[in-house]
Amino acid sequence: MSDFSLNVREEGDVVIIETAGYLNNVGGEKVSEACYEKMETGKKLFLINLENSKVVNSIGVSILIEIIEKLQDVDGKLGYYNLAPIVEKTFNIMGLTKYSTVYYSEAEGLEGMA
Amino acid sequence: MSPKDAPKVELTLPIIPDMELAATKTAEVIAKHMNLGEEKTAEISMALIEATINAFEHSESDAGNVEIHFVIQADTLVIKVTDKGKGFDPSKVKIPNIEEKLGSDRKRGWGLKLIQELMDTVEFESTPEGTTVTMTKKK
Repeated sequence: MSDFSLNVREEGDVVIIETAGYLNNVGGEKVSEACYEKMETGKKLFLINLENSKVVNSIGVSILIEIIEKLQDVDGKLGYYNLAPIVEKTFNIMGLTKYSTVYYSEAEGLEGMA
Repeated sequence: MSPKDAPKVELTLPIIPDMELAATKTAEVIAKHMNLGEEKTAEISMALIEATINAFEHSESDAGNVEIHFVIQADTLVIKVTDKGKGFDPSKVKIPNIEEKLGSDRKRGWGLKLIQELMDTVEFESTPEGTTVTMTKKK
């Protein structure tokens, strides 16, 4: 089994989730659990730092589509930053970038979420 | 060098979670040998992850293994991913789009689309005895 871990912190209204490891079904579920837990407390702005998740698969990314869907229900937003080029390309092919945003730094993401 | 004489690398992967990453490590070594560059190497690895996961998940194979053959041709890398599952009809696989996935219970099913977008050519040979996906990437 691959190791996957995440760190969750808040910057004002924005929840930042920093992942490390292979974003597969297991990793995707951990990200969604973290998001849904924060959504229950009223949070609806999420930024995911994928700097240390340079390998993904479509099952893990599909779980991000589930998060986008749930955030649409509450007028929330999802963004990402520090993506490896192949991860950004995968997000483009799967259409995630139509409904969520790729940023190039945490600062840009926080500004974009405001 | 004729395709017949091209160097080959063969892998047999047990159907174990995350074993697709073993295939990507091999692909990275081969891509480096072929001087394919970072972008193409990453595209090959991503397509290989998807093809291997599909073989693991959809083959319902009793054999418990997936075979991966890399053929190193002068200007092209050929990768064949073979399972001994029940096969499928590629023409019946619906091309997914996110608009349909949002609001649907099934968010998955992106593997073939990603493979087709990331590789130069993709062909499927599928029978009730198994499936081989053949993908190529030019230098």
